[in-house]
Parts: sequence; structure tokens; C-alpha cells
Amino acid sequence: MPDLKADSSQLVEIRGLSKSFPGVKALDSVNFTLRRGEIHALMGENGAGKSTLIKVLTGLHKKDKGSIKVDGLDFESSSPMDASSKGISTVYQEINLVPNLSVAENIFIGRQPMKFGMVDWKLMNQKAKEALKKLDIDIDVTIQLSQYSIAIQQMIAIARSLDIKAKILILDEPTSSLDLAECEQLFSIMNKLKEEGMGIIFITHFLDQVYQNSDYITVLRNGSFVGEYPIKELPKLKLISKMLGKEITDINELNNKIHRDYYHNDKKMFVKMEGIERKGVLSRFDMDIREGEVLGLVGLLGSGRTEMAKILFGIDKHTSGYININGNLVNIKSPRDAISHSLAFCPEDRKTEGIIPDLTVRENIVLALQAKNGILHGLKRKEQEDITSKFIKLLQIKVSGLEQMAGTLSGGNQQKLILARWLAMNPKLLILDEPTRGIDIGAKSEIEKLINKMSEDNMSVLFISSELDEVIRCCSRAAILKDRKKIGELYGEKLTENTIMNYIAKDGYEL
Amino acid sequence: MKFKLNQKNIPLLTTLLVFIIIYVAGAFMYRGFFSPRVFINLFIDNAFVGIIAVGMTFVIISGGIDLSVGSFVAFTGVLSANLLANTSLDPVVVIIICLLSGALFGFSMGSLIHFLELPPFLVTLVGMFLARGLSFVISLDSVPIRDETFLKLSSIAIHLNKGIKIPFIAIIFICTVILGVLLLRYTRFGRNVYAIGGNEKSALLMGLPVGKTKVLIYTLNSTLCALGGLVYSLYTLAGYPLAGTGLELDVIAAVVIGGTLLTGGMGFIEGTLIGILILGLIQTIITFQGNLSTWWTKIFIGVLISLFILLQRYLSTRNLNKNIQK
Amino acid sequence: MKPLLKNADKNLLYPLLALSAILLFNLFFTDGFFSIQIKNGHLFGSLIDILNRGAPVMLITIGMTLVYATGGVDLSVGAIMAISGALSAQLIRPDYIKGIIEYGNTTSLFIVLSIPLLISIILGLWNGFLVAFIGVQPIIATLILMTAGRGIAQLITHGLIIVFEHESFQFIGSGFLFGIPFPIILVILLTFITWLLTRKTSIGLFIEAIGANPLASHYMGIKVKMMKTLTYGFSGFCAGLAGIIVCSDIQAADANNAGLFLELDAIASVIIGGTINGGRFSLAGSIIGALIIQALSTTIITRGIPPQVVLVFKAFIIIIVALIQSEKLRAQLKDLLKRGRK
Repeated sequence: MPDLKADSSQLVEIRGLSKSFPGVKALDSVNFTLRRGEIHALMGENGAGKSTLIKVLTGLHKKDKGSIKVDGLDFESSSPMDASSKGISTVYQEINLVPNLSVAENIFIGRQPMKFGMVDWKLMNQKAKEALKKLDIDIDVTIQLSQYSIAIQQMIAIARSLDIKAKILILDEPTSSLDLAECEQLFSIMNKLKEEGMGIIFITHFLDQVYQNSDYITVLRNGSFVGEYPIKELPKLKLISKMLGKEITDINELNNKIHRDYYHNDKKMFVKMEGIERKGVLSRFDMDIREGEVLGLVGLLGSGRTEMAKILFGIDKHTSGYININGNLVNIKSPRDAISHSLAFCPEDRKTEGIIPDLTVRENIVLALQAKNGILHGLKRKEQEDITSKFIKLLQIKVSGLEQMAGTLSGGNQQKLILARWLAMNPKLLILDEPTRGIDIGAKSEIEKLINKMSEDNMSVLFISSELDEVIRCCSRAAILKDRKKIGELYGEKLTENTIMNYIAKDGYEL
Repeated sequence: MKFKLNQKNIPLLTTLLVFIIIYVAGAFMYRGFFSPRVFINLFIDNAFVGIIAVGMTFVIISGGIDLSVGSFVAFTGVLSANLLANTSLDPVVVIIICLLSGALFGFSMGSLIHFLELPPFLVTLVGMFLARGLSFVISLDSVPIRDETFLKLSSIAIHLNKGIKIPFIAIIFICTVILGVLLLRYTRFGRNVYAIGGNEKSALLMGLPVGKTKVLIYTLNSTLCALGGLVYSLYTLAGYPLAGTGLELDVIAAVVIGGTLLTGGMGFIEGTLIGILILGLIQTIITFQGNLSTWWTKIFIGVLISLFILLQRYLSTRNLNKNIQK
Repeated sequence: MKPLLKNADKNLLYPLLALSAILLFNLFFTDGFFSIQIKNGHLFGSLIDILNRGAPVMLITIGMTLVYATGGVDLSVGAIMAISGALSAQLIRPDYIKGIIEYGNTTSLFIVLSIPLLISIILGLWNGFLVAFIGVQPIIATLILMTAGRGIAQLITHGLIIVFEHESFQFIGSGFLFGIPFPIILVILLTFITWLLTRKTSIGLFIEAIGANPLASHYMGIKVKMMKTLTYGFSGFCAGLAGIIVCSDIQAADANNAGLFLELDAIASVIIGGTINGGRFSLAGSIIGALIIQALSTTIITRGIPPQVVLVFKAFIIIIVALIQSEKLRAQLKDLLKRGRK
């Protein structure tokens, strides 16, 4: 364990850092310390300010107030280029490399070895091979990056940051798309780097990984600094309570799932998917949803959850299999077809797939309805306003008026707006892809309540979420996915966080 | 480098094949088509287009577009002709002024695109009309060039045997191509161009000088335009404010036919060279045919670029499907 | 009028101010600028002249506004104008290109109008097909027709300037209805119809949704590809009509110069009118934008400056407007001010 007192060992020292965006205080006087040779977990719920802190440190955002010292010197990075020249390197969840260049170039671009003023390709390829060998990876470095798996790409990203001779490595959700073996490989590399004296900032939402690897934890909540703790002094439950800002008893209450542990055998079948497959994307699977049922879809990032939803909603085509709705064989070729069968889809990426920021709240809500009605049968202005007001009230969307631009709403309210858009269509099946991502806890629990209510009103819900506790609270049954395959279903008493994780770890074999 | 028949090479090979087919067809159809003179003429007649296409290859690989090239050729032509006719400036100074004005023009457009995040098409469209308008400001009519240095330059040539010669402008063209290849493949700047075209956000996060590179790309392109304009002046020995209308499409066509992806991130100068030669061949065939009018060139180029865009689209969807199946 | 100004009241303020400034300038420096005379029951005067001459630009601006709102651009409008004009002239004098000077039978007005318009729509739909279904960037897709289209127009006229006489056809470009030049009436009609189509049905909202977020629009069941394609088709129609007006007005088809550089005028008008990126659009704004462009051109030319040089002014206007609307610039200026105060 590094010596806390020795200033020379402090790599990063952030004091009183504040950063505001229009209407939001993203960071409010935050402190953070990173020492040489430690792995420091940065924890907090979505919106706690983790990513803003990282972005200030890497020069993507400018700080408003506070001091940042790196290696004891005042530090203000103006760009990622600047930050990396000062020894700060970041590996992001979505790989930030260039897909069209070779592996070697991705490691060395910007710092290629030169000979007579020209890039020395031979030496570069050789050095790239060596750099990857250090990470126990042996691949052809002259091939385009896009030909390799996400896990390999991540290792390449790490190899790049190592070559920069980074002193500080930031890993932002590095394990979300890795399987267990790949995670272990990553952790051994992290520990090796730590031994060599590097400081690593580790951001993840897998708590076990935090306890397996970190030395310190800094907790943020709603942009504020909660505290810094040595790992031994902060048991898991305490960490959760710090992150959520609730006492432990509250959390236990939150953990009390709404008891929905019956299998809807008595309900009518609504959607039945048989032998659905999309070549190369999703292996053959069967799935059915009954009326009023909330079916969970769980699995790690990249396990095929969203892909499954997109096939059902007609965004992607299936290459084989049948979809039955209400017992009739249907052919869903586009979202338009899906909508005509009373399906609705709230996509994962609100910004690019959901909200239309330049249109008003009213327009955003009535758009899908208008599209269904067709060009000539538009709703009258009064009808539009009535529908909008109704759903604003029902979902408690905070707006200044019906004509407020949707882009100016907060994340949670935008999510509710998209929900309102689909509820206005009165769908029979609502597909929710990560509906609670990036919104605060209050809005989260409201959305959970709403899901419950809809199910009581006999609407079916297909609920996709990375947050297992949410799935367990909301769903009566869950389909488990791994590596683009459905590996099984859990329901009733078997639907707990532990069983799901074991199930994924063991590929659905013996529990 | 090992040669692999992968997706990267298909467009280039198609281009090469198209070139050979057209060339062989021409050789069979017309007497005197298959001669060194006709082949070298391809490099002479298309020298200015080719020089500009080298610059455009950089722009398109980086994911941008430049619509101002045709107008700027006219601007350079009129500017140089006027400076030579109406001032006592040394011809070398005139050439430097032209090249510098190109650099400045491109630098301004690149800065607007990068620093103010204006869309490239809008900025370069404005550039297109600005340069055209400025050409008219300088002169409404064609201005002949009678400067001795320019006349001499236009007659310099490397003499091969049998009276075949490679003139100065063809040499400039070939040098530009070689420099372009080296710049794109063997310098950090060149590799950054690919990175920006592949994924600009990643390039930024990887700490690459995205802004500097983008500004430099447009600066380079407009400078090459100015060079192309000068070569055009040497070729026609006149400056004409309506020169180069529609040149944008020829240049973009050459680049796209040469296998550069319109969406950026992939492409070669070598391909662009073949693209230029294909355009030249079409022109030559129309000349040899005799009864086809010049407007057919424009239509052929339009059809050809449409076909190549369809091919690119087909290949990229096929590639996507293949990747998914892995 | 109120719905036409919907959401745009504020945005229309600057264009209107700019237009007033130009008119005011002329009030002081151009004699008789505001005088409107009635000769033979027809209106004449500089203002009428601006409206009349601006008609082709206003027409293509209407189509361009919708294309721009879907997040695209149409560079081919000038070339389509040339093609439709060439077709009209060719239909009136089919033998002219063979060197026969005599007129044959008078071609019926219906044919002279419908075939060019139909072809224009088809060309526009081709653009739309490339953009929406093939996924070609709008600039490239329409650039192909911008250049190749001139070739097609020359092919139709065989490189000649076809001059003709056709009484009822000439009425379109130079006739008067109720004392008002007929092109102005056409502009008013087309603007009104477009307004009805976009604002009284859901089309306008769909176009705005597509322009602002095509993916989300697709997920909502809007037929994105179809709507985009039709928008380009409509732009083709507008350009075709503009081409007919120009051709009928000068009684000749000039494949080289008809509609040359007019795509810039249309884009400038749209941008000046407040439609900067895809999404929200304002028809009224675009029409005012077109009037500004035309008033400016007329003013500059009456000052004795060669018409070609007007290009320079237009280029500067666009870049200035784009700069004014640039959020990035605004943010940077704010940043500078903040630092200056510290």
C-alpha cells in the first residue's frame, strides 16, 4: 500500500473542482487524489459526475473553478492531445480507435517511428508486435483494426496508452463488453501496470470487480464529493448506500422486490417468436410474451439484447423464423409494420434514436400518432394539446409549456417524453431498451412504477436493462442472453441477481 | 506488402480493369489510338485536373468535400494572366503570389470549417462562388498570356526518342502524384488524414491534431488548385474567368472512380491517377469518334460516377454483412 | 397569415430588417425606385421588376427550403432549369436543331408544359433516389446532375440557342394577369399551395422531424426514404417551372447559361430565411431571403457594377449569415467577453 503522506507519490490532486453546464451543475467542489501504483475506483450512479470529472482531466471540458495538480504541478489541459502529452491516457468503453487503420497504426499514430522524415512502417509493425506481446497478445498487426473483436480492440487501446508512457491510465467501463476470461486478462494487466508504478482510475458498475482490484474508492453523488475510502473500510453495502445517498435500511427496502413471481399461464399469448435468427447477429431463439406480462431481457453489453428488440420491432430483418402476434403469422419488415401491430419501442440511445430536439414537446409526443394516421388525417391542434397535457400530467413530465423545445429537457424528462409518445399510441407491447439509463433515482422509480401500472392495464412490456435489481423488481420472468445467444429463462424464485449472474457465468448449465 | 484480394483492393482493381478495357477497346476501334503520343497526351491534357484531384483525394479521405476547385482554377488563371499583362512583376513572383493566394484561400475555408464548425459543403460552395466572382472582378473576358518565361515554360519538354516528348506540365503532374503518394503514406500528416476520415471523434480522443490537420488539408488542396490553375494557364496560354466550370465533378469523379470512399477513411492517390486517366480516355475516344459532341463527356462522367458510387455502396453493404457473419 | 409566421416570428425579424435596409438605401439613392406606374393596365416599376425577376429564384427556393429542411441540399436546380427550358423550346421548334428555320405546326401548350415538368420531376426523384435509397451524400448526388444535367440540356439543344415564338407559352414568362406579371402570380400560387401542403397536413412536421433526427423518425414509422425522395422530386418540379419561366421570358433556350449559379441564390435565400440546418424551416423566411438576394442584385447592377461580380456579394452575405447563426462562434465570443471582463 502506498504511503498516503508522501506528496511525491501523488500523481493527481484535484481540489474544489466545479463545472457547470447550462442548467446543470455537473461538478460541485469535487476532490480527488490518485497516487502512484494504485488502482482507484471512481464510483457513483449515472449522473454523479464521473464522466465530467474524466472529461475535465482529459481536456475535453474546461473547468470552472478549482485546482488540478498532476505530479505536483498545476495542470490545465486544453485538449486530449495536451493531456496525453502530460501522461494521461484514457481507454473508453466504446473503443476510441480508428477502424480503418491497421492495428500497428492505431497503436502508434501521431508518434510513428520515422526514418529520413518518413514513417518507418517496418519498425512500427515490429514495435507494435512487441507492445502487444507484453500484454500476451499475438496477432497480425498489419490488418485493419475493425477485423478484431471488441476485447482485442480494447487491449490495443491499452497498448497505445502504454506506449505513450502514460503515468495515469483512466479505464472507463472497460469490462462491459468482455467475458470473464477477458476480464481476468485485463485485471492481470492492470495489476502489472500498478506494480510498475502507474496510477489507474477505474470506472465500472460491476461492484465485484471494484473489490477485486481497487485500493481506494472515491464516491461521487449528484456532482458532489461524498468521500474517499480505502477499500477495506468500505464494505459493499456501505458503498451502495453512499452512492445512492440512502441509509442502509432504505436500500433493503428498495431491494424488496414487488412480488410478481408467478408465471402468467392464465393470460393470453400475445407475441410468439419461433426460431428467429439474424445471421451473424443473433443465433436462433424462441421467445413469447403474454398479455400484461413484463418480460426482462438481460445479459452483458453486446450480448444481443438490443438486437433482439430491433428484430421484433422491424428495424433489423431476421433471416429465418416466424413471428406470431395474437396467434396470427405476421411479417414485420419495418418499424411502420410493427407499429401497425401495436408494438412500440423506446430505444436505448435517447439522443440519436428517440428525441427530436428541435421540435417541441407537443410535436414530439404526437409525431408517432401522426405518422400512424397518415399525411392527410392529422390531428387538430386542440386534440394534440389535449393528448400532450394528458401525458405530461400522467408521467409528471417537468416542462415549462407544451411548446418547449424537447432538446432543453433533462434526461429523465426526455425519457418520459418518449414514453409518452408511445403510450399515446396505446400499444399492446412496449419494448423498453435501458429506459432508466442516465436518469436520476427519483425518475427511475417513477418509471418502474409506471411499468407496473401498465402491466396491470394488460399491456405487455419487454424490459431490457443492465441493472439487474431493476429487472428483478419489475419482471416476472427474464430471458438471459450471452454472446448473441439466448441461453435460458428464469422466473419465480429463481429470478435473483445471484442466479442471473451464475447463469451467465456458467452458460446456463447447472446452477 | 503482401497482396491480398480483399475489399480494400476491389474498387482499385475494378478501376484498373475499366481503364484497360477502355484502352483496349479504343485501340481496336480507332487507328492511331494505340500510340505513345496518345498515351502521353493523357498526361498533358489532364495535367491540371490531375493535380487538383491529388488534393481532392486528401479532402475526400478526410471525409470532407471541396466544391471550390473549378472556380479557383479560373481565379488563378485570370490573376496570373492579369498580373503578367498589366504589371511589371517578375513571372516567378506571379507564380508565388498565385500559390500563396491558393494557400490563403484554403486556409480560410479550412478555418471556417474547423473552428466554427460550418459544414464543408456550405463553406466551399461559398468559396466556389467567391472565387468565380473575384475572377469576374479581375476580368470579364479572356486575357492572353504573352510573357516569355511562361511561353518558355510551356515549351520545355523531355525529349524521348522518335520525336516523342514529355512537356513540362506533364512532369509537374507526375511529380505532384508522386509527392501526394509519399505525403499520404509516409508522413504523420497523411496518416492523420485517414484517421480523421475513419472516425474524427476517436482521432481527437487519441490526441491527434485534428484541427491543424483539417485546416492543412484544405490549405493543401487550394494550393494544388492554384498550381493546377497555373498549369492550365500554361496549357491554354490564357486566363479565362469562366474556365473550369463543372470541374468539381470531373475531379470528384476521378477520385471516386479511383477507389476513394466518398464517406472517407479509405483511398489512394494511385487510384486517383487511374481515375484521371480513365476520364482522359473517355475524352480521347470522343475526339477520335469525331461525330460525338463535347457535352457527351459530361454525361459519360455523370453516368460513370453514378455507377462507381453504386459499386461502392454494394461493396460496403456486402462487407458489412460479411463482418456480421463472422 | 399567422400560421405562416408560426415559430418564425423572431427569426423573420432580421431578414425583414435587411430587406428594409436595402429598400431604404434605394429610396435615397435610386430615383423613382418606389414609383409604380400603370401602363395599359399593367403594373411597372422597380419594385415590380424585383418581384418579377426574382420569380425563378423564389420558385427554386421553395423547393430548396424543403430539401434543406430534410437535411439535404439540391445543387442541380440550375441544371434542371436548363433542361426544362431546353425541352420546352425543343418541343416548340423540333426541327430547329436540324437547321430548319420555318415553324411547323404549333405545339399545344399542354405538351410544351407537361413534358418538361414531368422530366424535371423525374430528375428530382432520381436525386432523391440516390440520396434516400442509395445513401449518397446530397451534395455529391446532386452535383452529378448539376454537371451532367448541363450536358443533357446541350444534348437537347445540340449546343444551339433555340429561339422561338409561341404566344400562349410566352404568356407564362412575360404575360400579365390582373395587371400583375404572371410569374409573380405563379410564385404566390406555388407558395400558397406549398404552405397548404406542408402546414395543413402532417407533411411539414414529418419533414422537420426527418431533418432533425432521421433515425428517430424512422423508428416512429415515418416513411423517411419516401418523404426524402418526394422532397427532391418537388424541388425538381420547382426548378422545372422556373426554367420554363426563364425560357418563356427570353423566348430562347440557352443550355449553357439558363439557371447558371442560381443554386447559390436559392441556398442563400434559404439560409438568410433562417433555415440553417435540417429540421425547422420557414417558407416565408426563404421567400424574404430570395427577395433580399434579388433586391441586392438589382441595386448593385443599377449602380453600374457588372452582374457577374454580384456573385462576390452573395458569397459574402451567405458566409456572414452563417457566421451570425453559428453557435460555435457565439460561444467563443461569449468566452472572450467573459475573459475580457475578468
